[in-house]
Amino acid sequence: MAALLLSPTLLVLALVVGYPVLAGLRESLYARGSGLDADGFVVQGNRFVGLDNYTSIFEGDRADAFWNAFTNTTFFTLTTVALETLIGVGMALIMQQAFRGRALVRASILVPWAIPTAISGLLWRWIFQADGAANAVIGHQVLWTADGFPAKLAVIIAEVWKTSPFIGLLVLAGLQMIPREVHEAARVDGASVWQRFVYVTLPLIKPALLVAVLFRMLDVLRMFDLPAVLVGVNQKSVETLTMLAWFEATNLRYGSAAAYATILFAYIALIAYLFVKLLGADIIGEARRTRKAAKR
Amino acid sequence: MRRTITAGALTCLALAALTACGGGDDKKDSAAPSAALDGRGPVTFVTGKDRSGNLQKQIDGWNSAHPKEQVRVVELPDEPNDQRQQMIQNAQTKSDAYGVLNLDVVWTAEFAANRWLTPLPKDQVDLSKMLPATVTTGQYRDNLYAVPSTSDAGMLYYRKDLLDKAGISAPPKTYAEMWADCDKVKALPEGKGVDCYFTEVNKTESLTISAVEAIEAQGGSILDASGKPTVNTPQAKAGIEFLAGARKDRMPKEAVTLDTEGGRRYFQGGKLLFQRQWPYQYAMANATDGSSKVAGKFAVAPLPGQNGPGVANLGGHNLAISAFAKNKATALDFIKYLTGEQAQRANLMATSQAPTVASLYDDPELTKKFPYLPVLKQAISTAKPRPVVVKYGDVTAAIQGSVYDAVNGGKPVDQALTDLQGKLTTLTAGQ
Amino acid sequence: MKRALSYLGLAAVAVYCLAPFYWMVASALRRPQDQFDNSPVPSPVSTENFRAVFGGHNDFGRALLNSIVVAGVTTVFTLVVGVFTAYALARLDFRFKNAVLGLVIGTTMFPGVSQLVPLLKLFTDIGWINTYQAMIVPSLGFALPLSVWLLTAFFRQLPFELEQAAMVDGCTRGQAFRKIIVPLAAPGVFTTAILTFIAAWNEFLIALSMVNRKEMQTATVAISKFTGVSGFDQPFGTQMAAGVIVTVPLIIVVLVFQRRIVAGLTAGSVK
Repeated sequence: MAALLLSPTLLVLALVVGYPVLAGLRESLYARGSGLDADGFVVQGNRFVGLDNYTSIFEGDRADAFWNAFTNTTFFTLTTVALETLIGVGMALIMQQAFRGRALVRASILVPWAIPTAISGLLWRWIFQADGAANAVIGHQVLWTADGFPAKLAVIIAEVWKTSPFIGLLVLAGLQMIPREVHEAARVDGASVWQRFVYVTLPLIKPALLVAVLFRMLDVLRMFDLPAVLVGVNQKSVETLTMLAWFEATNLRYGSAAAYATILFAYIALIAYLFVKLLGADIIGEARRTRKAAKR
Repeated sequence: MRRTITAGALTCLALAALTACGGGDDKKDSAAPSAALDGRGPVTFVTGKDRSGNLQKQIDGWNSAHPKEQVRVVELPDEPNDQRQQMIQNAQTKSDAYGVLNLDVVWTAEFAANRWLTPLPKDQVDLSKMLPATVTTGQYRDNLYAVPSTSDAGMLYYRKDLLDKAGISAPPKTYAEMWADCDKVKALPEGKGVDCYFTEVNKTESLTISAVEAIEAQGGSILDASGKPTVNTPQAKAGIEFLAGARKDRMPKEAVTLDTEGGRRYFQGGKLLFQRQWPYQYAMANATDGSSKVAGKFAVAPLPGQNGPGVANLGGHNLAISAFAKNKATALDFIKYLTGEQAQRANLMATSQAPTVASLYDDPELTKKFPYLPVLKQAISTAKPRPVVVKYGDVTAAIQGSVYDAVNGGKPVDQALTDLQGKLTTLTAGQ
Repeated sequence: MKRALSYLGLAAVAVYCLAPFYWMVASALRRPQDQFDNSPVPSPVSTENFRAVFGGHNDFGRALLNSIVVAGVTTVFTLVVGVFTAYALARLDFRFKNAVLGLVIGTTMFPGVSQLVPLLKLFTDIGWINTYQAMIVPSLGFALPLSVWLLTAFFRQLPFELEQAAMVDGCTRGQAFRKIIVPLAAPGVFTTAILTFIAAWNEFLIALSMVNRKEMQTATVAISKFTGVSGFDQPFGTQMAAGVIVTVPLIIVVLVFQRRIVAGLTAGSVK
């Protein structure tokens, strides 16, 4: 029964993700020919290089670039996910409280999320230009799109704007699925608004919220389009790990690109694991407990 | 539960099988493309979007004359990086979906060296009518791989009205003259709020062009004739110091955030006296619909240099045939058709893209419509290409990184150029 | 008082989300020659950018249609497959459950750029270039992990007792699922559907690489091909107009659907 229900998902994932990932892992152990022969042609063929693609990431200039991108990636993840969660949960609570106009606002918060990233990147690039709307609003000229700290802020602002609706929507869906009786019972018991939120609402929406936050983390750890469009590629202040992989791939070093991707994968897997362990996003464990409780 | 395990095992097996299939063919050497161009029939033309509808007109013309050798356009994104990536992906799958390729001039070496292009028989393509500088961009190691279809070179845009006011009759030929002229204009009441000069210094391909032009204006170069890097020379240092000084004292504060379009906006806003810019700006800055404050107030001249005219950098596109294409004889005929004098003339009229056929620059009807053509011809004739290297992507990224640091004071110029020399030496080894 | 506060909150949320979007609409409604303008209201208002999107050789209508097909089919498949998988994960007892969940989420941990070339080689070999399935199947793969995890979380949020009560009343497991779980989980399922649809709607890299015929390209790919006249000038206004065009119908569809489906379903179940 379980196998029957699971197999379509696993099959699709194996084809679309599993196969490329395994091909990538294999690729990361090879290097494409890059030397030139006497006639100026690139020597063809892949050479097995073992772990060289991995070790060379941590040597010399490339180590600096790696740690810079690693720091940027981590910084973006921490800041944007924290802000998105706060804003998103806030949005959901406001919308849940609303009597009228909720449907309209609920649809309008989809706008930032629905605009294709490449287009919203352009929009923000326009807003953050030296003589753009952002500087007009704050009345002070900040060079947002030049390589430097303001560029980081610009990326964070644009990313948080785009993705907090994602969390907002999911939390709202979670809130809507809480039976009204639960809240009423709590109110009858004399719980304050804050108490009701912390002890009643939050635990009930926790699974949906944690899944939303987890997937946001996975996404922002692989962030590429937004900084690339908003600020540009090869910019130290906003270069992420995916951008390093991209740069290697565009310059035909597929093995090296795959090595970056694999390292990023390991980092993401580690973070996801810690997140699940620390915050108890362990969906299954609790499901089992409920089940046992129910049997009793 | 046993079924779960079985399903899992099957999935793993399937995965292993797929990977094995996928990985196997990378090792095979592709056969060297054959020199003979044969085969007639339909071909595809892979290019960025048709900007004016003129390309479709030209292709319709070809198709009605060649019913059995129809050409279909495969449109690529507008972004050059995306175009290159799509072409490389096609080469990796060795697919015959791409026939004639519209290549940026700096990609020729990389594409040729990787055997993604078909060598073209020099005796079958008449290049004698084309500007010689453009022809070199289609060659790699003395073999012809691509035929120039459009060209481009930077010019100095200057505010003629302001120079006239300051009593200056001719545009500057040297940097010193340019700064002196600027000081005179700034002393005028009209010169308030006008910045001296702008060339692109944001960290993109444009910065590479600015750096190459600045270094060549001092008589230096990025690579010497044998392909060895030469950025640790006094000339290179003088070039980058010029850029750093100009950025500090003569350019708009926000110069580092201005791209090509940002520069145009600045110039059209009437806030710039001298600007290094591409020809496309000419018609737009002369628009009288209210979008430009400088319509009719500016002119163009060749770029200035240290001791005389500077050296412009070559842009433009070339047409080549994918090594994996079918019907290469048709493809070659189509290239000749699109790069012929008649087609280039129509293209210039429709899109204002600079032609590669020399005589078009002297055509009275064209020079009337595009008054900058004589200046542009001079710029292209003396222009030089960007470094011709197989690993162009790495080379330009290295140049951008070092020059950006030097120009913005992140690193002393000496240090930045020493680092760059080291990087370029590694990247060009074996060339 | 409370009501006023709640409206104030709603207004704040709407302004936060819509202010940058307003700038997009305003930019799209400027004349091309006013593109560099910074005034808050475009004057004069011009529909030239919108006409440019659909004009000439863009064939944008066809591209929108392709996007609807790809995103629509992806959403339907994702929901059907995802709901069953999530149900199994939320309600059935079997070993390796954590392993399956881990495997599913693990597939979202690789950067998309590195999956492209192997897939392209594979689809070239099996002749899928220029087909809908070449865009749908990868989108399905990208959408499934999120959907499975979300739906599992939502299903798990529902008290198990409800279902058991139904089964005691004589419902089969399937009936209990259809009559109790699905209606109760409607807000969650609907939200998952929206997110899936948007993700598939906005997919670019795969759609660009798998298709070289114009009549098969999706809207995001078509937008990437917008150009200015010279190659240097950026058609910002046209791109913003296209952004508005691909976003607004999505919002309208959501508005219509949430009224009908969600309201209908939830009203029926949660008394």
